[in-house]
Amino acid sequence: MASVEPVLPPMSERSNILRWARKNLFGSWYDAILTILGAWIAYWALSGLLTWVFTVAEWKVIVVNMRLLMIGQYPLEQAWRLWVWLALLVFLSGNSLAIWGRGSRYAIALLLLPVVLAFVFPFGDEPRKWLVILTVTGLAGWGIGRTSPEVLKRSVIAGWVISLPIIILLTRGLSESETGFLPDVRTNLWGGLLLTFLLTVVGIMFSFPIGVLLALGRRSELPIIRWFSVGYIELVRGVPLISILFMMSLMLPLFLPDGWTVDRVIRAMVAITLFSAAYLAENVRGGLQAIPKGQYEAAEALGLSGAQTMIFIILPQALRLIIPILVGQFIAVFKDTSLVAIVGLLDLLGMGKTVLAQPEFLGLQREVYVFISLIFWVLSYGMSYLSQQLEARLGVGIR
Amino acid sequence: MQRELKQTATIPFWRDERVLKILGQIIFALLVLFVGALIYQNMRTGLAKQGISLSYSFLGNISGFDLAETSIPYDRNSAYWQAFLAGLLNTLKVGVVGIIFATILGAILGIARLSTNFIINRLATFYLELFRNLSLLVFLIFWYLGVFLKLPRVKDAILWPGDIILTNRGVGIPWGIPTASFPTFRLILLLGLILAVIVFLAFRAYSQRTGRAPLTLLWSFLAFVLVALVGWFILPVKPLTLDLAFVKGLNLAGGKILTPEFMALTSGLVLYTAAFIGEVVRAGIQSVSKGQVEASRALGLNGFQTLRLIVFPQALRVIIPPLTSQYLNLVKNSSLAIAVGYPDVFYVSNTIQNQTGRAVEMISLVMLTYLLISLLTSVLMNWYNQRIKLVER
Repeated sequence: MASVEPVLPPMSERSNILRWARKNLFGSWYDAILTILGAWIAYWALSGLLTWVFTVAEWKVIVVNMRLLMIGQYPLEQAWRLWVWLALLVFLSGNSLAIWGRGSRYAIALLLLPVVLAFVFPFGDEPRKWLVILTVTGLAGWGIGRTSPEVLKRSVIAGWVISLPIIILLTRGLSESETGFLPDVRTNLWGGLLLTFLLTVVGIMFSFPIGVLLALGRRSELPIIRWFSVGYIELVRGVPLISILFMMSLMLPLFLPDGWTVDRVIRAMVAITLFSAAYLAENVRGGLQAIPKGQYEAAEALGLSGAQTMIFIILPQALRLIIPILVGQFIAVFKDTSLVAIVGLLDLLGMGKTVLAQPEFLGLQREVYVFISLIFWVLSYGMSYLSQQLEARLGVGIR
Repeated sequence: MQRELKQTATIPFWRDERVLKILGQIIFALLVLFVGALIYQNMRTGLAKQGISLSYSFLGNISGFDLAETSIPYDRNSAYWQAFLAGLLNTLKVGVVGIIFATILGAILGIARLSTNFIINRLATFYLELFRNLSLLVFLIFWYLGVFLKLPRVKDAILWPGDIILTNRGVGIPWGIPTASFPTFRLILLLGLILAVIVFLAFRAYSQRTGRAPLTLLWSFLAFVLVALVGWFILPVKPLTLDLAFVKGLNLAGGKILTPEFMALTSGLVLYTAAFIGEVVRAGIQSVSKGQVEASRALGLNGFQTLRLIVFPQALRVIIPPLTSQYLNLVKNSSLAIAVGYPDVFYVSNTIQNQTGRAVEMISLVMLTYLLISLLTSVLMNWYNQRIKLVER
């Protein structure tokens, strides 16, 4: 009978760390060099950044101009309308997080963010009040969503769909007169992050159906429709967005009959929509190509017409497949909206330029542009992070 | 009876699918043509009201403006088309330099992202996440106004090793100046190129005959370098003299002075595009299944051979199509030069259009130019893609 080997004592924590470092940091002599070099770069960048952020940078320019950067020249007495639709969005987000979100801890952290923001950053009293209201509505939405997730699913989706018209209506206003209910706020007063947000949302919403139609057109067996779609997609994808923006802002007035005018914000929205539709079409085409032929044949065997096959069988599957790509495309649209600053709109970037033109804040380009970049970064990263969560939740790509 | 049945079996033409399809297409085509004609008509009347007719003949007129940097002889007495050409060359310059450096940086990032070294891996991840979520235009403006224009003035210039001078008036780098023997040297370089091609073809023929895989590209490159070196040393006068940049009064002189606009645009595009290329490279390498590596090691290939003969060719197939679209993105994004004041083709066209009021002509010209560049790049990359494609049964 073989003697039983003595059981080795478990490794201590310390030796585990050492082993980990040995394996991951100092595996060989060049690994060690890379580690030291990398650590040095990380230290150099981080210390430089922290020193700049906390000692050199003058953040007063941001604090003073916060309102301009957020909503531009939007009249202050009407700003409550923006807060109302923001509250609606937060409410819907709370609902959605409760229904589809996995980690409820993250959801609460996300919903508490407005309050944290309100007390960490030097906002005025009015925004602080509204930020607290946002958190309350968000938590309320979350709580309601928790009670009956299955029942609420449809109404939440419907809520998201009708939120866009509500947003536009509240922002734009109803009555012509100054004193009426919801007085008109002209688009030339829209600015800052508000304008960036609206350009993005409108661009995405309108380019989506056009993109799907173009994708179907490109795969159509009817030659004229196919050529048109191919021509449009390749033409738009071959030129930079800025040239389309210029075309819209300079040539659109020429294209329209006499007496017709289109305001500048709408022109930019049209340009972004037409541009992004071509890219979306290619993404959707990718999804359509991934659907096996058997699906078409089965639908036909069941007696569905061509349109029914597309709407009920093919598109739902194709779009589900490309959710991550679609989110990537939406993020790209969001980042690209900053180009409207070049044609003179006062979006977040355009507002930044205006702020820098104030005589007391000359030469603070770094602070202003770092702040703007940070906003773009946080929102883009947030979107891509949420989409990863959604992907995992829906099991996209895993079969 | 027979006749009756035949009558009921014929479908009326308005429900015949074949007829409907053709009819639908004709209606669609007419609609597109009608809208197009309407737009054209509106444009004609609108232009006529402004007193201009659609024509490109103004391109021959004298421009009357200066450009900050040109690769061809150009001044304010040159014609508009020359200004446009100078802008186009500037775009191509940014495009080519940008693509080269973005590819190198992107490949490094993609490999670093897969490194087992914890710090390198995390640094690369951080870089990719940072740049992929930035808005390029905001970054470029920050990079130009917040970094390159905030460099010290010429008299307090920063000196970097390698005789690089950094100032807010531009970056000076050492540059070679051709001497009397340069034309001869150029001929020698051409000779080297021919030799390299011969070596390449010979090695390929050898490889196809024997099935071995020599380092074809490396040897061709070495052949070229050898010829160049021999040429460099046998010529009585060196073909190039090294010219260092230096501070002269309130300006930089000597060497090669890169303007802040060029530097900000090109380096900004490189940093941004490299993040996307890094992701493409990572995905490409990861797409090669582990079994391939294990099988090749089992066949006795060493690490380098595995990488060169097994992993790399397969990864390349996945990498090339998305890489092409990143290249195209870089070239198209170079039109953001207008935000940093670098005279690329878009900026120049905008200036011309402001001066002449010829919006339709200039915008159509610019769009056509970008379309041609895009088309050429994709034709080139598609040709390369065809060559490396997996040959299937």
